[in-house]
Amino acid sequence: MVGIIDYGVGNLFSLRSSFRAIGEDAFVSGDAVALSRADRLVLPGVGAFADAAEKLRSTGLDSFVRAQAEAGKPLLGICLGMQLLFEKSQEYGEHEGLGLLRGQVVSMEGRLPEGLKIPHMGWNRLEMKGGRLLREADGEYVYFVHSFFADGCEGSLAAVTEYGIPITAAVEKDSIFGCQFHPEKSGNVGLSILRRFCTL
Amino acid sequence: MITKRIIPCLDVRSGRVVKGTNFQGLRDVSSPVELGKYYSDNGADELVFYDITASAEGRKLFTDVLREVAATIFIPLTVGGGINTLEDFDRVLKCGADKVSVNSGAIRDPDLVRAAARLYGDQCVVLSADVKRVDGQFRVFAKGGREDTGMEAVSWIKRCVDNGAGEVVLNSIDTDGVRQGFDLPMLEAVSEAVDVPVIASGGAGCIGDFIELFQTLPKVDAGLAASIFHFGQVRIPELKQALKENDILVRL
Repeated sequence: MVGIIDYGVGNLFSLRSSFRAIGEDAFVSGDAVALSRADRLVLPGVGAFADAAEKLRSTGLDSFVRAQAEAGKPLLGICLGMQLLFEKSQEYGEHEGLGLLRGQVVSMEGRLPEGLKIPHMGWNRLEMKGGRLLREADGEYVYFVHSFFADGCEGSLAAVTEYGIPITAAVEKDSIFGCQFHPEKSGNVGLSILRRFCTL
Repeated sequence: MITKRIIPCLDVRSGRVVKGTNFQGLRDVSSPVELGKYYSDNGADELVFYDITASAEGRKLFTDVLREVAATIFIPLTVGGGINTLEDFDRVLKCGADKVSVNSGAIRDPDLVRAAARLYGDQCVVLSADVKRVDGQFRVFAKGGREDTGMEAVSWIKRCVDNGAGEVVLNSIDTDGVRQGFDLPMLEAVSEAVDVPVIASGGAGCIGDFIELFQTLPKVDAGLAASIFHFGQVRIPELKQALKENDILVRL
């Protein structure tokens, strides 16, 4: 059973549907007691980092997620949810994340070669660097929408994608997984990544 | 690097796709779910659902259908038609849309794009502009291309992008339905003026038109079409194969 963490950020309809489409029971909840019964957790997120981090804190879900991850329950952060796994973000000021992974979230602004649009939006190719989650997805195209990316995360880097520079596409450390792209919007490739997460 | 996107557009009235298709193997060619799934399984990078219903009843059917589509199809979904207020954004986003396309709504209420971008993020707001040449000028048209607003199109589109539109669908009324190729001069003017993705719409008649589009205007990010896909004149797997053979990056 997959628990999708609802902390008031973004639309979780597609995410829940995508787990159901692969035959996995998934529920959406903001309640730590209910979520603690799940076998694995998904931390979604769209929007601004500071906003999302604050909502996690004010609901008390930040310490819950940290404790669950540290106890070894598989956790998958998606998009902003992946960025929240890191120590901090430079998105409009400096903001603290969950600190489960080393590294920080930085803007693409000023770091990309001339002429590349921000946000990085569309289908881009995965280049595997390590880890278990994307073992069968090397070279596949997945769907990205983001303007910030994780940097200095060499210790957990699982995949990059090329957008003028290598952009962190996925991270992984023990049972903590993160995808910058949206597996729930990446067609059959994305569904098989979610299926694989459910076996790890 | 990011691929060029191929996007079929489905017009929906009272919960049904308006233009019939002749795909073999589809039981119900007017079902948005079946047709959407067909496209998703056959290489579409994204889908646009356009609600052309006027009645409240039809609108309800549309959101029901949308919910079903979003529960079945796992590629990005853009929804447009009848988007005039933030409540309209909310209504379709809750049903599983990833992006919302505004057209007449942005003309009627110049603050709509800004308000929606602030609430849902730029990437969620797509400006769809119907543009036609009038007296040697590109003009924005409203009400499904029936009404000349008198506004110069490039500066208007630029203003909407400055207000937070994260993507632009440029429909050329001049080439729409003609099937002699996309409106390259119009697309060039717009893609030079804005730094968000531009989606070409109107005029595609064959595979070669897409090749010409992406080769002539590398800044254009995507090609959108409706009937040539629905009637099978252009099949997306073949189109993408041809683009690849012409060194245009696509997801195969």
